Amino acid sequence: MSVNRREFLKYAGLTCIGIGVGGAQLFVTRAKAFSGYTPTNYGLKAKRWAMVIDLRKFEHEEDYKKVIEACHSIHNVPDFGNPKDEIKWIWTEDFEHSFPYQMNHYVPKEVEEKPVLLLCNHCEHAPCTRVCPTKATFKRPDGITAQDYHRCIGCRFCMAACPYGARSFNWRDPRPYIKHINPEFPTRMPGVVEKCNFCVERIETGKKPACVEASEGKMLFGDLADPESEIRRYLDEHFSIRRKPHLGTQPAVFYIIGGE
Amino acid sequence: MYDGGKIIAGIIIFLAFATFPFYSNIGKADIKPPKPSLDTPVIKELAVKKCVEPKEYMRANHMQLLIDWRDAALREGKRIYINSRGEEVFISLQNTCMKCHSNKKKFCDECHSYANVDPYCWDCHFAKAKQEEQR
Repeated sequence: MSVNRREFLKYAGLTCIGIGVGGAQLFVTRAKAFSGYTPTNYGLKAKRWAMVIDLRKFEHEEDYKKVIEACHSIHNVPDFGNPKDEIKWIWTEDFEHSFPYQMNHYVPKEVEEKPVLLLCNHCEHAPCTRVCPTKATFKRPDGITAQDYHRCIGCRFCMAACPYGARSFNWRDPRPYIKHINPEFPTRMPGVVEKCNFCVERIETGKKPACVEASEGKMLFGDLADPESEIRRYLDEHFSIRRKPHLGTQPAVFYIIGGE
Repeated sequence: MYDGGKIIAGIIIFLAFATFPFYSNIGKADIKPPKPSLDTPVIKELAVKKCVEPKEYMRANHMQLLIDWRDAALREGKRIYINSRGEEVFISLQNTCMKCHSNKKKFCDECHSYANVDPYCWDCHFAKAKQEEQR
C-alpha cells in the first residue's frame, strides 16, 4: 500500500488536530483542581515597613523584658540558658556595642549606660539575602527580610554577612527548651538559622508586631514610604540614629536616644 | 575448571545468603493496606465533611498542594487559598490542616509508614494546633 502526498498531508493534519484536542482536554481536567491564591483582605499593607524605638521611654529593666518576652513566647524561641547556643530574635546590648561608631566623649550618662533594644534591621540592602546560596532568606516587596526555614541549609553565610548579629543558629533541638509553647506558630529544627521576621505572620493577619504591641507606645511601626505615616512624622520631629549607617545597608530600625 | 567443586559450592552458599531475605519472607507479606482515620472531634462536628479539595485529589496531590501553599504564603504573602469550590481557606499546616486532622498518628502516619516515607513537616510544625505538650 502506498500513500500519496495528498493523503499523507490529510492524515498529518488530522493527527495534529487530535493531539491538540487531547492536550486541551488534559489541560481542562488539570485546571479543575487549579484554584487561586490571594492575600488576606485584613492584612496591614505598606511599601516599606520600618520601626522606631524610642529608647527614652524605656526606663526600667521590666520595659525591655516585657517586649522581649512577648516576641520570644509568640515565636517559640528557645532558652538554652547558655550564651553559646543562644537563640535571639530581639535582645539588649550596651550602647557602646550597639553603636560602635557613635562613641563620643561626654555623652549623657543615662544614654551611655542605657541598654539598647536590638533586633533584625530588615535592611533595604540586606547583605544576608545576597550571600544566601538557596534564597532561603529574601527581601519581600514590603521591605521585610524574610526567611524560609524549609530552604535553609544551615551554611551560616548569612550570619557572617549580617553586620548586626541578628541571626542565630540552631545547634540543638529547640523544642525541649521552649518555656511556653505557642501551638499556633512552628518551631525550628536543628541546623537552620533564624531571626526576627518583623512579625510577618501578624502583619498579614492585621496585627502589629508583638514587640510593638507589648511596648505600649515605646516602639512604633509603620510605612516608611508614606510621608503621612505615624513613624515618618515621628522621625520628622525627633533626631534618630541607626546602627552602622556607613555600611550602606539602610536599616529599617530607627533609634531615638535623647533630646526632647 | 580447577577446583570446580569448591567454586560451585561457593556459588550455592553465596546464593543461599543473597536470596535469604526473599525466601525467608515468602508468605509473610501480610501488611494490611492503610486506613487513615477521620475520627477526630473537629471532623465529627462538621456538617459537610469535605477537605479543602476532593478526597481523590488530596490523596494523590496533598504533598504538592502543601508545597504550593508554603510558597504562596511564605514567599508571595498570599495566605488565602481559593479551592476548586470557590471557598477561601487560610493557609496553615498547623492551624488549618491539623485542626481537623488532629490525629496525626492515625491519619498522616498511617499511609506514610505504609509507603515508607518520612516527611519532616513535624520537626518544626506542631501536630496538634491546640496542645501544649507536643514534643
